[in-house]
Amino acid sequence: MSQRAPFYLPSGLPTPLPEPDGLSAPYWGGLRENRLLVQRCAECRTWQFGAEWICHHCHALDPDWVEVEPRGRIFSWERVWHPSHTALTGYGPYLAVLVELPQAGAVRMIGNLLGDPMQEFAFGEEVVGQFEHHADGTIPFTLLHWKRIS
Amino acid sequence: MTARTLRGRIAIVGIGETEYFRHGGSPDAEFKLALKAILAACADAGIDPREIDGFSSYSDDRNEASRLAAALGTHRLRSATMQWGGGGGGCCAAVANAAAAIAAGLADCVVVFRALAQGQYGRFGQADGIATISGEKAYLMPYGVLAPPQRFAMRMRRYMHDHGITQDALRAIALASYHHAQANPRAVMFGKPLDAAKYDASRWIVEPFHLYDCCMENDGAAALVLVAADRAHELRHAPVYLLGAATGSGHRAGAIPHNAPDYASAGFATVAPELYRMAKVGPSDVGVVQAYENFTGGVVMALAEHGFFAPEQANEFLTRDNLIAPSGRLPLNTSGGNLAECYMHGFELVLEAVRQVRGVSVNQAPRNDVALVIGGPMVTPASSLLLGSEATL
Ligand SMILES: [Zn+2]
Repeated sequence: MSQRAPFYLPSGLPTPLPEPDGLSAPYWGGLRENRLLVQRCAECRTWQFGAEWICHHCHALDPDWVEVEPRGRIFSWERVWHPSHTALTGYGPYLAVLVELPQAGAVRMIGNLLGDPMQEFAFGEEVVGQFEHHADGTIPFTLLHWKRIS
Repeated sequence: MTARTLRGRIAIVGIGETEYFRHGGSPDAEFKLALKAILAACADAGIDPREIDGFSSYSDDRNEASRLAAALGTHRLRSATMQWGGGGGGCCAAVANAAAAIAAGLADCVVVFRALAQGQYGRFGQADGIATISGEKAYLMPYGVLAPPQRFAMRMRRYMHDHGITQDALRAIALASYHHAQANPRAVMFGKPLDAAKYDASRWIVEPFHLYDCCMENDGAAALVLVAADRAHELRHAPVYLLGAATGSGHRAGAIPHNAPDYASAGFATVAPELYRMAKVGPSDVGVVQAYENFTGGVVMALAEHGFFAPEQANEFLTRDNLIAPSGRLPLNTSGGNLAECYMHGFELVLEAVRQVRGVSVNQAPRNDVALVIGGPMVTPASSLLLGSEATL
């Protein structure tokens, strides 16, 4: 169960796509180039994630996309056992984590925690991002997972 | 100018539900279930269904007001409200919206309802059949955060960490619901008791939620009839009055994905104070609570946010004995609720609160003048409702 190559989760889960209006296209495009982009308002410097058309703090439209280092700390986590999708039948458990990025206004993002699904770790523990490229399907995309530093 | 409040102005005069089924178990179409529940609620009230002039629901209920009005042959339609937001966050808000329509003179007799036939329309707990995904779910689903249990477990895990909550607190909520369902023949889990050992041995769905921490999925429908308080005495039952209602969520509660500033919470920090302010009562006046359980963890947070205990006291307060009627300190989910009566998206909880105030619950609480319903922990908007007897006005 710990050997998960080439992907952490089996293929067949829904493929992420930007909305038809393109709102999150820079984020998904960035991941494909091994870059983590997060919105930061050019007017008031407020960080924001997920994507929105407006800065929630000062209401300037079209916040900038800024590259940030994919490092963070574990804000929360869950170990999933029940397969809520046929692609996961017989597969679990697996770990999903909510990672907070101190260097980007403490915005949070969801990913999987790489390694043994039964591993123990602490709240606040540091993690580093790892890009997982899915290039084989009709719609290529990239996910961002997390790995413990220690 | 009169005070802007619903307190004492609106009465619930009828309740009705269909038989409750396991998901996919209804022999009736969803729309027919809605009709049956509405007819039952009108019969309970002693009101001709043709007199209904408003419909209110939530969570994108598929059974539209205009179709219902046409099918029932109501004389006219004056109010049709849908509360935005998913899950059970609207189960109290839909009552509030109906009450507001009556109080404002927009309608006279409003039915609030929820109907679900998951055999006909698919289940909440499975995420198959989606090839591509955008928006909030795109940030979650490719990582296996697909269905509601996985979307809410992290909030509870963080809350447990912040406040030292143990698994036993969650278990107590499940045990109380199942205990109550054993006296309730309507309950889908009637005749299927749960004890601590069975809970502990049950499989994880997603930690910290065992199987028994998760709501069921069911088919059925439930409905209420609301009229202005001054009309309520003409009808069959002692009126059950709205003391207060509040809806919503705090600052950026809807920031996706999992970016709400007040993340490890049920979302009632701004709602509960409004509720008590309108009702002119406090937590110590509440004798019985129906709290929406998508997952037991949400109930822990919701009860704390409604002032029954500080989060640090949750382990001590949340024991099975404290939560069962009639002897418990705060009887909780006395019909069995979403866990063990029926997952009618929390609407069965509102009906049970009415039964408590009427004094006719199968698990009657001794203090029943003021009954609280809490809808939709961890979703936005959430809502809650205080009902009271004539004596509380
Ligand atoms: Zn700004």
